[in-house]
This record gives sequence, C-alpha cells and structure tokens, in this order.
Amino acid sequence: MLRLEARREPSRAMLLLTPVLAVALTVLFGGALFAALGKDPVAAMRVIFVDPLFDPYSRSELMVKGAPLALIAIGLSLGFRAGIWNIGAEGQFIMGAVAASAVALAFYDVQGLWLLPLMLVAGTAAGAGWAMIPAVLKTRFGANEILVSLMLVYVAEQFLIAMVSGPLRDPQGFNFPLSRSFHDSAVLPVLMEYTRVHVGVLVTLLVVIAAQVLMSRHIFGFRIRLSGEAPRAARFAGVDRAHVTWACMGLSGAAAGLAGMFEVAGPAQQLAPSLPVGYGFTAIIVAFLGRLSPPGIVLAAAIMALTYIGGETAQFALGIPAAANETFRGMLLFFLLGLDILVRYRLVPKRREART
Amino acid sequence: MDLSTLDPIALIVSLIIAATPLVLAATGELVTEKSGVLNLGVEGMMVFGAITGFAAAVESGSPWLGFLASATGGAVLALIFGVMTQYLLSNQVATGLALTMFGLGLAALIGQPYAGVKPPPFPRLDLPLLGDIPVLGRLLFSFDAMVYLSILLVAAVWWFLARTRGGMVLRAVGENHDAAHSLGMKVVPIRLAAIAFGGACAGLGGAYLSLVRVPQWTEGMTAGAGWIALAIVVFASWKPWRVLLGAYLFGGVTILQLNTQALSLNPALPAGAGLIVVGLVWLGLALRAGRPAGLALAALGLGAAALAFGLAAPRFQIGSAWLSMAPYLVTILVLVVMSRDRARAALNAPASLGRVFHAAG
Repeated sequence: MLRLEARREPSRAMLLLTPVLAVALTVLFGGALFAALGKDPVAAMRVIFVDPLFDPYSRSELMVKGAPLALIAIGLSLGFRAGIWNIGAEGQFIMGAVAASAVALAFYDVQGLWLLPLMLVAGTAAGAGWAMIPAVLKTRFGANEILVSLMLVYVAEQFLIAMVSGPLRDPQGFNFPLSRSFHDSAVLPVLMEYTRVHVGVLVTLLVVIAAQVLMSRHIFGFRIRLSGEAPRAARFAGVDRAHVTWACMGLSGAAAGLAGMFEVAGPAQQLAPSLPVGYGFTAIIVAFLGRLSPPGIVLAAAIMALTYIGGETAQFALGIPAAANETFRGMLLFFLLGLDILVRYRLVPKRREART
Repeated sequence: MDLSTLDPIALIVSLIIAATPLVLAATGELVTEKSGVLNLGVEGMMVFGAITGFAAAVESGSPWLGFLASATGGAVLALIFGVMTQYLLSNQVATGLALTMFGLGLAALIGQPYAGVKPPPFPRLDLPLLGDIPVLGRLLFSFDAMVYLSILLVAAVWWFLARTRGGMVLRAVGENHDAAHSLGMKVVPIRLAAIAFGGACAGLGGAYLSLVRVPQWTEGMTAGAGWIALAIVVFASWKPWRVLLGAYLFGGVTILQLNTQALSLNPALPAGAGLIVVGLVWLGLALRAGRPAGLALAALGLGAAALAFGLAAPRFQIGSAWLSMAPYLVTILVLVVMSRDRARAALNAPASLGRVFHAAG
C-alpha cells in the first residue's frame, strides 16, 4: 500500500505536470463516455481537439472564445488566491453586457469614437458594481460570498430577460426579446479580415500582462497572496481583509463585465438572452487549469476555447450533445483538483508499523 | 385583482409541495456539514437525482423505484466528492463546484431522450376518513408519501444528532477532527457516510421535483434550488427543525411569486408585506442583541412604502422576469439577516467546516 507524505515544498514539476495529466485523463474518460454513447471516440476527439487547429477560421475563433475566458479567469484568480470565492462571474458578465448595450442603444446611430470607450466604462463599472454586492454583504454582514454571488447570477439572467423584453427591445423586432443590432460606432473594430477577432483580444492580452506584473511585482499582489496563504500573518502585517475582499471582488467583477462588453460589442453585436453561454463558470475551470497564474490561464483558456469550438462541430457533425462538453468540463476540474495532491504530498510505500 | 379566487388551504398545500425538495436537500446537507464537510455540489446532486429518478421511474413504471434510484444516484455522485476531499484532500469549495458542473452536464446528457416524456403518476396517500375531515383533512392528510417522509427525515435527523451516540460522534468529528481522531473516532469513514447521506437526500429532493412537483424533465430544472438549500442550512443555524421552517418559508416565497403572476397582483404588495416581516424579525434580533437597529427600521420603512404603493395602485404590473428574481433576492436577504449576528451564527456552525483533515503517520 501507499501512503501520503507531505512535501516540504510544493513540487514545481508536479505543478506543471498535473494540469497536463488532468487534460489527458479527461480525454481518456471522455473517450470512454463517447464510446458508451455509441460514438467513435477517436473521431470525436479528433473533431474536438485536433481539427479546429488546422482550420484557419477555427484558429481565429480560438481567440474570440478564449479571450473572454482568459479575461474572466484572470480576475477570478486574484480572489481565489486570497481565498475569496467569486463564483458569480457569469452574472457580472451579463451585467457588463447589459450596461454596455444600454449605452450603445441610448446613442443609437450616433457616430463617434467616444462611444466604445463609454460602453467599456459602463460594462466594466456594471460588472464591478454587481460583484461589489457580495463583497460588501460579506465584509459588512458576514454573508457568504459564494452563495450571494451565485444567487446574483440568477438575478442577472432574469434582469437580462427583463431588459431585452422591455426597455432594450428592438422596436421593429416583432416583440421578439432581442435588442437592435448595434450600429458601426458601437461595434468593436476587427483586427483580422474575414474573422471575428476584435480589439478586445488585444486588450485581454494587456490585462494578462498587467495582472502578471501586479501579482509578481506589486505590493498589492503580495498582500493578496499573503492573505490567502497565511491569513494570520497577513493580519499581523496590517493587511485589511475587507480591503482585499473589495479589491478582489471588484477587480474580478470588472474583468467579467469587460468580457461581457467585448462579447456584446464584438461577436454578438446585439443583446439577446442567448448571449451568456457559461463563460463565467468555465472561467473557474480555466483559472484552476492555469494554476491561477496569468500565463497558465492564457494557455488554459485556449484549451477550453478549443472544446467550445470543437464541441460545436462535434454537435452537428457527429451528433454529440452539447451536454457532453459540459460533463467534460466538470470532469476536468475533478481531475485537476484530485491530482493537486501530488503537488503537496508524495506517495511513499506504507511502512509496516505506520497506520493512517 | 380578485383575491376571492385564492383558496388559502390550496395555497398552503402547494407551498408544502414546493418546499419538499428543499426540505430533503437541505436536511441532507445539514448532516454533511455537521460532520465538518462543506459540499457545495448540492445543485449537481439534485439535478442528477432528478434525472436518475425520472429515468428509473419511466423505465420501470414505478415512482418508488425512481426515488430509490435518485437516492442512489445522488449518493454515488456525492461519493466522488467524498473520495476527492477525504482521500485526495482537495479543496472542498472547488470540488463542490466541480460536482455541480459535472452533475448538471451528466444529467443533461442522460436526460436527452426523456425530454417531454410523462413520468408515472405518484399517487397521494388516500387516507380513509382522515382525508375527509373538512379543513384539516386537506391541510394535513392530502399529500403524497414523500412529503410525510421528508418531515420524518427531519425528525429522524434531529433525533440522531441530538439524542444518539452516533450523532454525537458525527458532531464531534465536525467540531474538531483532530480531537475526534485522537479519541479513536474514524473521521474519514464517518465523513464519507455523512457525505453519501447528504447526496442521497439531495437526489431525493431532485426526484421530487421531476416526478411530483413539475412533473417532467427539463435540462437544468433545479434552477438554483440546490444553492437555496445551502442557504437554508445557514438560515437554520444548522438546526434540523429550522431547516423545515426555512424550506417552508422559501416554498411560501415561490408560491407567492407564482400567484402574484397568475392573479396579476401588484408585486409591491407581497414584496412590501415580506419586507415588513423581515424587518420585524431583524428588529427583534437586533434589540435582543442590543445592537443599533437602523437597517431593520429601514427595511420596515421600505416595506411600508412598498405596501402603500401596492394598495394605492393594485393594477400596477411588471414583467414576469422581475418576479422570477424573488426567490434569489429573498435568499440573499435571508443570508444577510442571519449572518449579521456573527457571534450567534458561529455558535452553531461546525468548527471544522470545510477544513481538510489529514492524519499524519
């Protein structure tokens, strides 16, 4: 038998190896799941993981779908490091998209370079504001931020429906719950011709770099990490837990709101109830898959974006239901968290006299 | 508005039916949390129980087999969480989230062929004589067996935790796992059992939704009920009978919301009345603890204003989406009010809740 022995320091090798292992295990078990569904597992895996890489349009879509995932995950990773669980990014994403749309539609057909920045500010502020609700309720009343932020996702979903079937509905839309299509000034410029890769992808990269600098070089990043790893030490060092909570929740909400603004002004160009596709929840997996570090998150976002794109193809090419992809994502997070033990512990043969 | 169409007994009956999934799931989670484990995967286990129960009931034609299958399904899913957190020492919050995502995905996958299928009916208990008593008959004896079982479950859990040795061991493990371990209690197996029990209850709650309450299978049909169950455990300060109270409160909110919609009432009426009730409770709590009651008074004032507006403009309408926010907003409000008095809230929370246990050696 084997037993666990705590390592003196987290293993660097395992830190890098376990995400790869987790993806491999997910592919393996996913294949078994496909086989159980009566689909050819090898063909399914090729469609999901390999084919998108060889198709130029799919490659560009990788950036379109990866950017919001990375952006949201970067924000979430700050809080996760400090032990603050914002799991309502989906709601903050929605509120960002709604606020940006409201601005775009308020100035419908008004030309001007100022409109996009204004939408950006509105979306970011709305996301941050939505995230500050659980933050303040946590620090002021001690209400659990996990439950509050999650409840606010459902509220935001209903808010989106109320908006597109009320004030933001297209007046010429035959009462369908959709907004008008945005006019040119409210649409993000496209970076590459014949693709949907928009300026937001570039901004996301800048945010990633900023986050990397913040976490590794700035005192604020140090405080976040300290507050998560050694809460007592952080208190003695004068780190105010309430401030850390506000900052982490506010920043992650801002990032999610920004992603919502990019989504509605980039690929969607219209507010619709179908806008949120679970990026806010998938981003939680991205954050863990990327080991809560900005470069890792970018890589993880690309992998998860791949499953979104490949998953769509697999849906109509092989008849694999969208739910299969959801199952995979859950499975991946399981494997990631389970394998995490190898980072902190090593397996050693059990000694005779030792009993656990 | 025509309030005379409202049948108060029918309202209470539908309230209890709406609350039963929450009673089941929250009671299970209470036991899990009492053992010191925070399983945030209730939503996933519920939705998985909803489909396994539904599928088993449809295939076998027996709702009872459906409930059995849902409990098994919920427990199996919970045990994945158990193995991860107890043997692989993974973070309970993150693993619970993974369980929810996995459960939602897997349930949707299994549920594909069952959309639009009608489940076999789950009959009400037809109690002879008792059911014929004018008011009480309908109020107390007109339910299906699961409603009575859910109340029995609460009673059994209360008795187990408060009155038996096993319950004391479970609570000891939840309060201080290191001390319990040093006394020779088997922390990990006890926790695994509590986790599996919580999963089975959540599964039953989900199956009650898909087999009785709705009764139909739709993807993601739990719509946050699992998360509300988690909030109810906090609301109940980890006390079984208060779980029943909390679940019926949420059942009441749901029924109020549905009826406001159906009767086209001004939603300010129920919202105002609700706020006043919350304000009064809050005021009471604040006065007892000798704290400033400004916020409670604000809630009271807001409630009164809403009520006045509702009475002044009974025909005022808002979109149904706004009304659908109600259960979630009430959950947040309740969490805030209950968590406010931190010292009291912490008194009942298991001290080792969410902490990783690893016996070195």
